[in-house]
Amino acid sequence: MLYREAGDFKTSYVADNQTFPIKFDRYGYYFLLGFAFLVMPLIINDYWANSIVVPFLIYTIAALGLNILIGYCGQLSLGTGAFMAVGAYGSYKLMTAFPELNIIFVIIIAGFITAGVGVLFGLPSLRIKGFYLAVATLAAQFFLIWLFTRTAWFYNYSPTGMISAPTREVFGVPVTGPRASAVSMYMICLCFLVVTAWLARNLTRGSLGRQWMAIRDMDIAAEIIGVNPLMAKLTAFAVSSFFVGISGALLFTVYLGAAEAGEAFGIDKSFLVLFMVIIGGLGSIFGAFAGAFFLIVGPVLLKLLLVNGLGWPTDLAAHLEIMIIGALILVFLIAEPHGIAALWRTIKEKLRLWPFPY
Amino acid sequence: MKGQGDAMRDTAPEEGYVTADGRKIGGVAMEMRNITLRFGGVVAIKDISFDIRWGEIRAIIGPNGAGKSSMLNVISGFYHPQEGDVIFKGYKRPKMRPYQVARMGIARTFQNIALFEGMSVLDNIMTGRLHHMKANLFQQALWWGRAQREEDENREQVEKIIDFLEIQHIRKTPVARLPYGLKKRVELARALAAEPSILLLDEPMAGMNVEEKEDMSRFILDVNDEFGTTTVLIEHDMGVVMDLSDRVVVMDYGKKIGDGTPDEVRTNEEVIKAYLGVAHE
Repeated sequence: MLYREAGDFKTSYVADNQTFPIKFDRYGYYFLLGFAFLVMPLIINDYWANSIVVPFLIYTIAALGLNILIGYCGQLSLGTGAFMAVGAYGSYKLMTAFPELNIIFVIIIAGFITAGVGVLFGLPSLRIKGFYLAVATLAAQFFLIWLFTRTAWFYNYSPTGMISAPTREVFGVPVTGPRASAVSMYMICLCFLVVTAWLARNLTRGSLGRQWMAIRDMDIAAEIIGVNPLMAKLTAFAVSSFFVGISGALLFTVYLGAAEAGEAFGIDKSFLVLFMVIIGGLGSIFGAFAGAFFLIVGPVLLKLLLVNGLGWPTDLAAHLEIMIIGALILVFLIAEPHGIAALWRTIKEKLRLWPFPY
Repeated sequence: MKGQGDAMRDTAPEEGYVTADGRKIGGVAMEMRNITLRFGGVVAIKDISFDIRWGEIRAIIGPNGAGKSSMLNVISGFYHPQEGDVIFKGYKRPKMRPYQVARMGIARTFQNIALFEGMSVLDNIMTGRLHHMKANLFQQALWWGRAQREEDENREQVEKIIDFLEIQHIRKTPVARLPYGLKKRVELARALAAEPSILLLDEPMAGMNVEEKEDMSRFILDVNDEFGTTTVLIEHDMGVVMDLSDRVVVMDYGKKIGDGTPDEVRTNEEVIKAYLGVAHE
């Protein structure tokens, strides 16, 4: 009886266009935000931060970015890992070249650099689509990783070929490097995630988002309606790469601390983020969260259940974990090809009518 | 862009006239001059000229494969004719991409519905108002000032069109769920949302039942009457064409075989031949 639109009258278009039109959703969202900002910092410990929460936050940003490109604009990309590497190496070069620059600006500028690189590799999308475009972005994946591992300038001629993040502080609290605490790592990732999710929502509900979706659904008709395909596709590549770059920069500076392009940002990262987007739901902001949750938190929860809960040996659990996650992906995609977001939508529609479905 | 100076003006605006039912028809809005369109060796349109006047409903008819849709695609800039010029508002139109033509105020619907299936009805129609929205990427990302204001202003315009076409009840329905007749109506709404000066309709009544056809005819007349929108219409239903249109162009095998008021066309020998065949002597 709680979950209703009835009685909640909208008297302006602003109210009608809001993100959470149903009161219950709106309060749920405020509650989650409050919990994430006020309660989580008090209860989080190193284990939870490192194995679950921080990677979840960071990969959600990447999934948001890729979802704009694939889910909203319909341009298939397999270069996510490489674009994350651009963000990581960009932030590394900025941190070492300008030690005084605040880490927040470093990460944002790294995002803009990635946006530029993304536009460059998005140019083929003007001539080719679908699987052929995916192959073209695969070229970006291999070329950029090759560039970062072969060009010593990018890793400041370090003998190991690794990049490592020096300690940087925000308001006097170290957020990167070995001295960073779980809470500070969590808070900086959370702030970036909340802001990027808000930006993604704004961009996809306005005129630009509609242009992207028009290109996705029927590109020829979109052009005849008045969508400039060049602008629409390249802005999608730019915005998507911006988010992915921020995610890569956070992954390197805050989470990994040290990285090597081929290992940390290989093709498996591209696929991981792609699967998040597909399983979570194409063309949905919520889907990015759901997909990242499923693929990052899922395996950890499963391990906790098998090893700590049932007392199975670790090696057996590790193999079973991969098999179970794989099977769950199949089940999900067969049951609901449009991802968890679509499933969620169906549940909400049902809930709206419950308990009187007629 | 070339041809924008007054010295380059190609046609003098002519005097308009008033139809029997009291609508005002203005001067020439668009003139097709000796258009020839070829695909490799196939000639789709052969040296066709006609004009479209402000405020009129102009029909293009002809048997299947006559080149009607190709003609519409030339007008909307999707095909570029090898020979001939399109003269719009008195100026020769340079070679343009379709989205540039759309921004000049030419909107269209498609023979096979070309709605954006993944979006709601409202979003589809809002997409039609694209060039009335000028907020840049950063304003939209922050949803600040202009972006939000434009969204609401344009929503108001869109709501007027939704009222006009009587599709309030499906406003937020995903387009993929709608039946055929409503999809056609939403497509008309999307084209109207652009506030076009010329509206191109490619078989707006194909596949509809009598009632839906009556509705659609009423909407086309109302649009023309209320907004004064110049309409170019391709249609196979002769009854509809003869009732709605002010003037008719008849095409057959890429050639123009008739042009004039419905009554003139109906009695044209060539037209009768094309439609009914020739009696053997």
